[in-house]
Amino acid sequence: MKRMYKVVIPGDFISEDVNRAGEGTYIEEGKVYAMRYGVVDEKDEIKVVPFVGKYQPAKGDVVIGRITEISFPYWIVDIASPYEARLHMSEVTSGGKKRVEFGSMHTYLDIDDLIVAKVTNTDAMMRIDLGLMEDFQLGGDGRLITIPYTKVPRIIGRKGSMIRMLKEKCNCFIFVAKNGRIWIRGKEEDMNLASEVILMIANEAHTSGLTDRVADFLDSYRSKMVRMDNKGLKR
Amino acid sequence: MKEEGIELIKDGKRLDGRGFDELRPIKIEVGVLKRADGSCYFELGDNKVIAAVYGPREMHPRHAQDAKMAVLKYRYNMAPFSVDERKRPGPDRRSVEISKVSREALEPVIIKEFYPKTEIDVYVEILQSDAGTRTAGINAASVALADAGIPMKDLVSSVAVGKIDGEVVLDLNAVEDNYGEADMPIAMIARRNTITALQMDGRMTKDEFEKGLKLAMNACQQIYELQRTALIERYSEM
Repeated sequence: MKRMYKVVIPGDFISEDVNRAGEGTYIEEGKVYAMRYGVVDEKDEIKVVPFVGKYQPAKGDVVIGRITEISFPYWIVDIASPYEARLHMSEVTSGGKKRVEFGSMHTYLDIDDLIVAKVTNTDAMMRIDLGLMEDFQLGGDGRLITIPYTKVPRIIGRKGSMIRMLKEKCNCFIFVAKNGRIWIRGKEEDMNLASEVILMIANEAHTSGLTDRVADFLDSYRSKMVRMDNKGLKR
Repeated sequence: MKEEGIELIKDGKRLDGRGFDELRPIKIEVGVLKRADGSCYFELGDNKVIAAVYGPREMHPRHAQDAKMAVLKYRYNMAPFSVDERKRPGPDRRSVEISKVSREALEPVIIKEFYPKTEIDVYVEILQSDAGTRTAGINAASVALADAGIPMKDLVSSVAVGKIDGEVVLDLNAVEDNYGEADMPIAMIARRNTITALQMDGRMTKDEFEKGLKLAMNACQQIYELQRTALIERYSEM
């Protein structure tokens, strides 16, 4: 039997401990109430982790973005958020040493290219500035999957336990960005397994004992594969 | 509104067999639309309503953006096949008014400051209508908004009361609405007894109004419990 975290809806009373009230809650008349539909996490502060939601960019977050527009001297980047982000030309040309001719920005990054970037600044006007990470370009034989950003911590697990297991058992390169986009690279069948497991984690993020269940799933999947191989069945 | 010739109350029961303070059967399903950020299917007797929520998302046109908060948009729309006589499709005076009233009924609970410059779209489609569609729409929209992960203070529940054959009754159906003396849709935050919308069509005395309000408050509590159960159960059955 899977144990559940406590599910709350907006307006549900959670606690009287106002000092520990955290994200996803609001305080009224000395009591803490849920502000979102999700599960309660009371580990250190009282939080409500929503089931779904829109990613709100914060300074320092590492995200996966897709170039949507080139508007000299910026690339406009979709970061799976209500706000579009922008990436300045100088990010590519290593601080202006190289000159990018007007109209040649697409030779560096073109529309629909995927990049790994860090949010360097946000302001009250909701302008989001990005800086490129090393190995920023994603492409080739990888695969992009998207989950609700609220479930990213579950994919990573406590001190990275879940993601470490995934990488090892699925034999894939997996990169999880803060905005809920995940880049997987590996052999076709390994990627299939990895995306299936990641979606399973996202769907069951509100249940506990998830790491063990995922481990069991991966082990049984692998042993099934080996048995099929021994019988000479096609994979 | 008043027309003679139809007896709406027989032996202390209404035409569909309900008592004066009885709701029609309610059915709520959460997350029925895969591509929407949040959705809800709501049945109130013969009313069938579907609500879809998209957003917060980038707002267009830009000049309508609010630099401090998200903008809530609400569209109430009746399907041409939702009523006996085909309804001409598209917005009309009535649906524009209902959209505005419903939006204002939901606005007090939505915490819009978290997503400045964005819009939250609520689409309410009436698939089948049998009086009380605006209240069904508000109930559905409120659940769909929660399902979309929108920050909210509470849910909104809504119901209509009215007067038929001189009696104050809860949740009028189409016949009662057409031949009754008054109809009063009410939306409220059930747990706080805070009214967020109230309209009245027809005439009631002050006593009748207060009696109706009391009926509506009780019914909203019941509806709230059903809304809550539908949301909680969605993630409990796995």
